[in-house]
Amino acid sequence: METIVGKQSIQFQKAPYIVSAASIVGKKEGEGPLGSQFDAIEEDPMVGQNTWEEAESALQKKAATMAMEKMPAGLPPVRYLFSGDLLGQLIATSFGVMDLQLPLFGLYGACSTIGEALMLAAMTVQGGYSETVLALTSSHFGSAEKQFRFPLEYGGQRPLAATWTVTGSGAFVLAPQGGKARISGVTPGRVVDFGLKDSLNMGACMAPAACDTICQHLEDFGRQPSDYDYIITGDLGSVGQTILLDLAKERGYDLSERHLDCGMLIYDSEKQDTHAGGSGCACSAVTLAAHILPKIEKNQWKRVLFVPTGALLSTVSYNEGQSVPGIAHGVVIEHG
Amino acid sequence: MGKESVQTMKEFIEEEQKQQYNEYVKQVTPTHSLPMQMVKAFVTGGIICCLGQAILNYAGSLGLEKDIAGAWCSMLLVLLSVILTGFNIFPGIAKWGGAGALVPITGFANSVAAPAIEYQKEGQVFGIGCKIFTIAGPVILYGVFTSWLLGLIYWVLMMTGVL
Repeated sequence: METIVGKQSIQFQKAPYIVSAASIVGKKEGEGPLGSQFDAIEEDPMVGQNTWEEAESALQKKAATMAMEKMPAGLPPVRYLFSGDLLGQLIATSFGVMDLQLPLFGLYGACSTIGEALMLAAMTVQGGYSETVLALTSSHFGSAEKQFRFPLEYGGQRPLAATWTVTGSGAFVLAPQGGKARISGVTPGRVVDFGLKDSLNMGACMAPAACDTICQHLEDFGRQPSDYDYIITGDLGSVGQTILLDLAKERGYDLSERHLDCGMLIYDSEKQDTHAGGSGCACSAVTLAAHILPKIEKNQWKRVLFVPTGALLSTVSYNEGQSVPGIAHGVVIEHG
Repeated sequence: MGKESVQTMKEFIEEEQKQQYNEYVKQVTPTHSLPMQMVKAFVTGGIICCLGQAILNYAGSLGLEKDIAGAWCSMLLVLLSVILTGFNIFPGIAKWGGAGALVPITGFANSVAAPAIEYQKEGQVFGIGCKIFTIAGPVILYGVFTSWLLGLIYWVLMMTGVL
């Protein structure tokens, strides 16, 4: 079995296990369809802190601590941490994990960050550089709105294609043994730009990247969508899903039977008024921890391709007239 | 020269594909119903204007001059909007009523009060001081500029005897 497969994928010889996972979310996510599956629901949007940014940091710390507490006995303590968030210069991460005193690799992949963290964590474990590695990410509705859009109290109308930033944090511990779900392969994604400039239609901005990574993954591994129970994207939302299915069809893959999107799973868009779905780093991370992983561990799903998606923009790039490119990372998670 | 033309051709194709994608996205992206939005904006804006008129009439009945009554009307609507913003009620009204809530002075007040609340945590100077007009700033700048321009035109027309 080759390790380096196809154009941009990796197949792990000794696939690392996800030995524990933790999810913590805000009140709105707790009221959503997955509400009962999360480890913890934080009713206070400030999480007992003074600012949105500190609140997001607190969520990261809680999720990381919880995941480490849930680790099976007998494993050495976590050695390295891969984490990132949406805020400028990764402040939610730096201030959130400071007290954990773990060597940190800070990552930015917009809302695809957990994909990047899981890939690098898996590579670190497979490479033998550490026995236990923590992959972590967070997002917060308040801090994201403040940074990317408007102050929360500002009155305005969100377009129907807009998504709602998930408040929460997801954490995963990877180790060479000790779990029921393993990361068997990864396909890191490229930056894909179809020239769209609408930052409030992020699903449409990211769908081409998701399509690129999924199709490349299937080609690299010589598989078909039917080889997976589900192909689950991060936060394309309903508009992005429509586009992804169309784009994949053009490239000869029918994903309609196999596709799920974390952004569409986490909220009830009708009742919760979230429009196209959920978004943010936490969207895919908490859905993986609370909903997808348990199904794989129980062998209800045998093999899943988890594809967190990110829209690569800042308010500067947007105001300077740049388009909104996307990125998506593919992580194969299998029962075993 | 040959190399250059190849590159331009490639760029041209890419541009065309991007344009096609933009058009396709426009087709599949749902939008709010415009007539419905207009009705809601009409109702919301209408209520706010009626409220303003009621204040104006009441102030007038107290014997205030028209200018002073107008100032009271604006101030009270601004106060109301700021209070509703502080209690996070205004965003709900604006979400429903759209331009009906945003175009009157209530929208302007909200656009100043909201950053003041949000950025208060970054300090009195760099937070509130620097960022209070992040949304209303353009309105103030270009509003003042436009009135200056119109004043200039008015002055020129006066001087040349057209008016």
